[in-house]
Amino acid sequence: MLIKHKHSWQESENSVTRESLYLNRRSLMVGAAAAGAAIAAPSVFAQRQRELAPLAARPTDFKSNESLTPENAVTQYNNFYEFGVGKGDPYENAWRLQPKPWSIRVDGLVEKPGEYALEDLIDFNALEDRIYRLRCVEAWSMVIPWIGVSLASVLKKIEPQSGAKYVRFETLADPKQMPGLRWPVLDWPYVEGLRIDEAMNDLALLAVGLYGKELPNQNGAPVRLVVPWKYGFKSIKSIVRISLTDTEPRTSWNLSAPREYGFYSNVNPEVDHPRWSQKRERRIGEFGRRETQKFNGYGELVADLYAGMDLRAKY
Amino acid sequence: MAGMSITTKQLRQFGKPLVFALLMLPVLWLAWNWWLAFQYQPNGLGFNPQETSNRFSGDWALRILLLSLAITPLSKLANSPKPILFRRMIGLFAFFYVCVHITSYVWLDMLFDWTELWSDVMKRIYITVGFAAFLLLIPLAITSTNGWIKRMGAKKWQRLHQAIYVIGLLAVVHFIMMRKGFQIEPLIYAAILLVLLAFRWRKFVPNAARAAG
Repeated sequence: MLIKHKHSWQESENSVTRESLYLNRRSLMVGAAAAGAAIAAPSVFAQRQRELAPLAARPTDFKSNESLTPENAVTQYNNFYEFGVGKGDPYENAWRLQPKPWSIRVDGLVEKPGEYALEDLIDFNALEDRIYRLRCVEAWSMVIPWIGVSLASVLKKIEPQSGAKYVRFETLADPKQMPGLRWPVLDWPYVEGLRIDEAMNDLALLAVGLYGKELPNQNGAPVRLVVPWKYGFKSIKSIVRISLTDTEPRTSWNLSAPREYGFYSNVNPEVDHPRWSQKRERRIGEFGRRETQKFNGYGELVADLYAGMDLRAKY
Repeated sequence: MAGMSITTKQLRQFGKPLVFALLMLPVLWLAWNWWLAFQYQPNGLGFNPQETSNRFSGDWALRILLLSLAITPLSKLANSPKPILFRRMIGLFAFFYVCVHITSYVWLDMLFDWTELWSDVMKRIYITVGFAAFLLLIPLAITSTNGWIKRMGAKKWQRLHQAIYVIGLLAVVHFIMMRKGFQIEPLIYAAILLVLLAFRWRKFVPNAARAAG
């Protein structure tokens, strides 16, 4: 598909990276790509990985001329504390997760509550390809080709009532499948949420795949949220419950450290995390840091949601 | 005990070079892997080499610091002065790994962005705490020689070097604060530190210690 008009969120990387910082990128891209093969003993873990079926999806406007983060980095460098707090832990441990069959409980202020099979909620014949930047609150980032449907399309199916103001999501919390639950790192189950207008924004995606295949377990199989203008932890994985509420959901990181993780958690270089700067980020595979963009570069699509809001107070 | 049959001379001759070589292994691993990374070669630093490098060097700085704090209790438990032979070297290695840690952060991670670094030290409490530990270590490293012990006098020198207890606490706090959520690993280091410090408290409560013994 040809795009004539170029959106700001498709900006070329050259325009957002300081030149001195990407001169050395190749060394690390090559090094990193090989590292996965060299140290993670893939022979052991790869055997335990599920066979991932290819997914057919139609192209969309959500493209990017930035280079994609290599697939092995996307699937082997993860934060998914239910499988351990190390970046490689999810890749090693997530084989225990059983994503099929999968059902999602829908409740709260909806016209059509109930226990839905994943296939009844997500139209697998209407999957879209969308390339998004992902900016972790820890100041690293990736560019990932997701496959999924807009969250709005799913919300329309379950019909939010007029009083519904927020969407609350919950991750599976099964100690048999998730060894990380042994430790009280967070108050399990993991909970995230969006304001309903954020959830209805076209950019909000429910992903079921990446790199042309089903989601690997460690990336949040079988279904996860992707809200690319917010820090990565908002993009909740392995969703088992969606609730519509009239009050702001109490989200896990916000409960854990309210000063550090706000409910909104929009990517914002002007508001530092109390423990580190959010001005720059390391794109995985690059040597230096690049400037972080407000709303992760998606301001054209989402800035209106926050018109008149003080983003320093509502971080 | 077999250990008792080793003479002090043998320890000086063979034990010290061996411990030296062992304590060099982590930094050699790190340097080798960075060298590979810069040569476009497969390496063990993973997908976020700076993060790996910062954490690896920090982990070893803390481990070796705790090891240096374990020498005196070990010597008392073994009822032998021999472990003390290694104490200075291990302490200096702790300082060395702190320097590696800071180099990793200042150079490889922050690329000498001094403005950002300064605001990190001033604004981020966990970095302030880590930096304070580093500053406190400097006089200890400088005065580690026999000449300085003589110049200062054993009593004064010892009092100065008790700063290591504070440094240990700062280092552990730095580690705890750096992690997200409630994590076990830094707490294990904290527990080890507290056990090692508790050994020192015994000398302040001799009666209780005797009763316990």
